[in-house]
Amino acid sequence: MLPIEFYFDAAIKGLLTGSVYAMLAVGLSIIFGVMRVVNFAHGEMLVAGMFGAYLVFVTLGLDPILAIPIVALVMFLFGVALQRGLIDRFITAPEHQQFLVLIGVALILTNGLDMIFGPDARNVQVPYAFASFEVGPFFLDNVRVYSAIAALALIALLYLFFNHTLTGKAIRACADNNRGAQVVGLNVSRLYAITFGIGAACAGAAGCLLIMVIDVTPHLGADFTLLAFTIVIIGGLGSMTGALLGGLLIGVSEAMAGILIQPSLKSSFSFGLLILVLLLRPNGLLGKRSS
Amino acid sequence: MLTIEAVDLHYGDAQALSDVSLTVEEGEIVAIIGANGAGKSSLISTIAGIYRPTRGRITFEGEDITGWPSHLVCDLGIGQVAEGRQIFPSMTVRENLEMGAVIPRARKLAASTMERVFTIFPRLAERVRQDAGTLSGGEQQMLAIGRCLMGQPRLIMLDEPSLGLAPTIVQEVFRIVHQLNTDGLTVVLVEQNVVGSLKLADRAYVLENGQIAMAGSGRALLDDDRLRQAYLGL
Repeated sequence: MLPIEFYFDAAIKGLLTGSVYAMLAVGLSIIFGVMRVVNFAHGEMLVAGMFGAYLVFVTLGLDPILAIPIVALVMFLFGVALQRGLIDRFITAPEHQQFLVLIGVALILTNGLDMIFGPDARNVQVPYAFASFEVGPFFLDNVRVYSAIAALALIALLYLFFNHTLTGKAIRACADNNRGAQVVGLNVSRLYAITFGIGAACAGAAGCLLIMVIDVTPHLGADFTLLAFTIVIIGGLGSMTGALLGGLLIGVSEAMAGILIQPSLKSSFSFGLLILVLLLRPNGLLGKRSS
Repeated sequence: MLTIEAVDLHYGDAQALSDVSLTVEEGEIVAIIGANGAGKSSLISTIAGIYRPTRGRITFEGEDITGWPSHLVCDLGIGQVAEGRQIFPSMTVRENLEMGAVIPRARKLAASTMERVFTIFPRLAERVRQDAGTLSGGEQQMLAIGRCLMGQPRLIMLDEPSLGLAPTIVQEVFRIVHQLNTDGLTVVLVEQNVVGSLKLADRAYVLENGQIAMAGSGRALLDDDRLRQAYLGL
């Protein structure tokens, strides 16, 4: 039996990593909530963000956290262009067609990154990579603490955007009643472009935070798409708070699985949680009942 | 003010409107009546730019707006109170009203128009912070009309504003429509409440199977035997 501090330590680490997962999942949730499109290229966008942060680090020497505005802006513009140029044509298409389009985008992203960067793992070593805070009996890695703070701050910023700006409210209106949005003359396709841009920017920002703790290769994407999707379903499709809760939950469950069973089984723990939620609360923890 | 010429509308293979022509003059109340599925809502949605007609022309104040997207049509001054109200249920009353004034023509006037909406509908003022989905049916209808007014329309199209409301509230809605018209708003009123809307309307069109079957002044249609038989069972 391990000492109790050990579990607490894992739980705290899980919460910190979970905040970054939440940042990723919030993007997926926003896109789905507003456009009813599942972004199957979300993990690949995260990987693109990781490479973006890596590029900024090797060229400008900028800390990945400080690279967030640059990477997020580039990913935002990428998302807007993708929505305008491609996805808009499939908005009313059957779901399996949307699915194939986005799988295609994912493949292009993965192989494009492979062509540019090659298959080798790359990482970013920040000066404080091995420093840690000592809080009571716990040691918290600076890297994880900073990235969790950044993730939660960005989520808070998104919350303010959606509740206190006219554009943010208009996007919520599209999600709430699409026909109603057309009736009052909201420019729905423009708002969709902004929404997809924000979703992609979330993935990019999460990439900046994740590159500080794990190495990046071009083929990581699919796993993270699945992770984000799992989180969003556990939290409740289309709910931002749900994505936050789901992210933290998955973060903790992965960390617990790491010490209770073995680290390589951590995904099975998350999927077990997913099955449990689907059995007991099919709409997710904070999901609305579908009407 | 608004002219519709020989408009056809198809949903896939099904034809919803066939050779529909009508005009609305400035300052009028024009009623469009007809049974369920006659094409009334399709007509409204086509004018609003939500559906694109397969044939024909729609002009507003001389401008050809055929096939324009809904946000540009709204910005020209054609407002719509849609079938089923189409409010934003999980947003507050205030946010719903704000959404009515996002279009460029209305944005600067939002604050003063909201005051005006609150004088017309004091109930909405009492419930500004409440989620719109928790309002009663009548209040939701008031909100839908108020939200439409936020967009500074010059022509307002109301689709079944009395549907599902208690008789006293229906009276209230008709009174407000009349008041808005007296204040200078041109009104297109789609209704199943045939007597109420014909009494209110200057002119009316009867839609049957996607075609205009009859047209005339409200009074004349009320006295028309064929219409009385078909719609009033008299």
